Amino acid sequence: MSDATAPAIALSGIAKAFGPVQAIRNASLTVARGEIHALMGENGAGKSTLMRVLAGMFRPDGGTAHVEGADVTGWDTADAIAAGVGMVHQHFMLVPTLTVAENVMLGREMTRGVALDRAGAEAAVRALCEKTGLVVDPARKVADLSVGEAQRVEILKVLFRGARILILDEPTAVLSPPEVQELWRVLRTLRANGGTVVLITHKLDEVIDISDTITVMRAGETVGRMATAGTTPADIARAMVGRDVALAQRVDTGVTVAPRATPRLEVRDLCVAGAERAQAVDHLTFSVQAGEIFGIAGVEGNGQTELIEALAGLRRADAGSILLDGQPITACTVSERIDRGLAHVPEDRHLRGLVLDYAIADNLILGRQHQYAGTWNLDFARVGANAAKQVAAYDIRPADAQLPARALSGGNQQKIVIARELGGAQFPAVILAAQPTRGVDVGAIEFIHARLRAARDAGSAVVLVSADLTEVIALSTRVAVMYGGKIVTIVPGDAATPLELGPWMTGAMRAGAA
Amino acid sequence: MSAIDILAQVLRIAVPYLFAAAGGVLSERAGIVALTLEGYLIAGGFGAAVATYYTNQPWVGLLAAPLLGAAIAGIHALATIRYKADQVVSGVAINLLMAGAGAFFLRLMFDSSANSPRIPALGDGLGSGLAATFGQPLVWMAFLALPATWWLLERTAFGLRTRAVGEHPQAATSLGVSVSKIRVTAVLLSGAVTALGGAYLAFDQHKFTDGMSAGRGFIALAAVIFGRWEAPRALVACLLFAAAETLQIRLQGSPLLPSQFVEMIPYVLTIVALAGFVGKSAPPAALGKAEG
Repeated sequence: MSDATAPAIALSGIAKAFGPVQAIRNASLTVARGEIHALMGENGAGKSTLMRVLAGMFRPDGGTAHVEGADVTGWDTADAIAAGVGMVHQHFMLVPTLTVAENVMLGREMTRGVALDRAGAEAAVRALCEKTGLVVDPARKVADLSVGEAQRVEILKVLFRGARILILDEPTAVLSPPEVQELWRVLRTLRANGGTVVLITHKLDEVIDISDTITVMRAGETVGRMATAGTTPADIARAMVGRDVALAQRVDTGVTVAPRATPRLEVRDLCVAGAERAQAVDHLTFSVQAGEIFGIAGVEGNGQTELIEALAGLRRADAGSILLDGQPITACTVSERIDRGLAHVPEDRHLRGLVLDYAIADNLILGRQHQYAGTWNLDFARVGANAAKQVAAYDIRPADAQLPARALSGGNQQKIVIARELGGAQFPAVILAAQPTRGVDVGAIEFIHARLRAARDAGSAVVLVSADLTEVIALSTRVAVMYGGKIVTIVPGDAATPLELGPWMTGAMRAGAA
Repeated sequence: MSAIDILAQVLRIAVPYLFAAAGGVLSERAGIVALTLEGYLIAGGFGAAVATYYTNQPWVGLLAAPLLGAAIAGIHALATIRYKADQVVSGVAINLLMAGAGAFFLRLMFDSSANSPRIPALGDGLGSGLAATFGQPLVWMAFLALPATWWLLERTAFGLRTRAVGEHPQAATSLGVSVSKIRVTAVLLSGAVTALGGAYLAFDQHKFTDGMSAGRGFIALAAVIFGRWEAPRALVACLLFAAAETLQIRLQGSPLLPSQFVEMIPYVLTIVALAGFVGKSAPPAALGKAEG
């Protein structure tokens, strides 16, 4: 029974468990028609799970769901789509080998007789593009699109199905600042046309920018609902974490590190091949001094990954050299680099940072296990002592070093990696920190940032790569922007702003062309 | 030995490859490994021979072959889609099962370990050369199989869903497409089409023989890979392999080369083609992976 006065969405007391893990227990959400509603919370707070219940992907264990007044508890995706509820997932749900139009019409194909009506579908997508301002060529293959374009296809896909309620899960994670502004414009257009938008995010400034109302979740429960007008980022952060937190902003620790004769890290004319491009890193030259955080901003896929992997010894450098404290390490193995004082916080902790089925204690010595060698076997007493020390110092929870890393939340897993890389007797000479706070909750972000600052103040050189521009600006002594495998600009950290860096990140500004 | 005769021979040899490659493309594009083609060929040959023998009507055999092929494919679908068994293991098991079942039922039904009694063939007595070749319905059906597969995959809604399911099943699910239904349909079609290749072998030899598929299912799978999972390229690959086999037959008894080397030609060509000329081929991204 659709009721014209009922709210667009009314979820109440929703519970959902996955095996022994209670993902959400008492989650509620009320969204008025025609508003942009932000659903906030730390990682693991249950935002995505709640929205997947609404989109029909999960059946709730308890609670009720109403859409426009009708009871829809326990419906499936097909029902949700038919009722005009569409979700754009954090990890794109696009088939790369199909064209834009094919992706858009998949499951709701336009046909002429038994054959697909490609021309008709492309025309329909074009019409939708014009109406919404989401411009993308319907005949192109999705594999050839940029991340921003792919996201437009995701939104088009949902709108093509006549969605009146649009759920976006962390839509800005992969976008550059101008693309984010573009997305906001589109969402405002949708709102103006009577659409309702739910935005899942943990970025505070975005929420202030775009939303009308905010619902905050913590540990699977709804803990607050507020109108955006009159709310400050600090208010929201407090609701998310349950205490006051220091937001990512520049902190003056008052420490200055005496300069050294040689930079701690020097990169000369480095060329690295990537999976997709022969010159993923294109003749790169820079150096990082002791006591400096060298931040690298840029849209993902512009050579940052290849650069870090080459520095860490995981990828071969095709040309150029890398010097650590003046000594060349270009030909060194990963292990030799670690011994010389190179630490690496990898961008994907599951792929490179941890062995998920190993105990916390074992993960804490990975790559340094030879330092714990006894006569025949590992010196388990020392391994255990190290684990006890690090678990306490880095507040790794649960504080049981024999648990497998898999059992921990993202933030605590990342603390294992940080403890291993930064927690030795002294800070390493050079720290490569790639996406150090990705998928990590606000409390852990605060902690990780403090450790990186401490390492800097102790004389380490830090190379920080992050997709989160706020983080790069908050931490870096200097901010470099990578585009197409090159550093296109370097600005002092205290003078850097997202608006200034944005055009460099998209390639709209090029060195020499400005 | 005219050029026409040689051409006719290439086309006849290509028939089982073409059917099996069509089945292979259908199954693999949906994300299910088609290691089972060999088993489907056996099912088709056996089904055609037995049904024709008992009814004395070749067209009954022509209908029975795809039905039995689809039934065997149903086992593969049940194991890999419903119970998420490893697709390679299931494929190997089905091939072994069919090889054994062929011999077993020959013994049980005809008290012979080698072959079935003689059956009348489909399209017998149509002259010689190309006319005789193309007079057989299974020959022209074979040459339509891959173009029809292409049309189905590229031009119909079912095909779009099949391709999506083989590349990114989660995306298909999120749009309300049932991955299981599409995959089961594709696998059953794959069994049915491939079995027609087996039926052709049985009709061509006027009987079902134990081991008559002789690895053709695997060569067809190689043709699918060589054709980069695209029906038109797979068609070319099938013709290439058939030409190599023809060459081998023609060179047999020639004093120029030891016969062992001659017999190797099709297989060596297969390996060289797969290793050297395919280049970086991209199989369907979800091939071999159970849903979810």
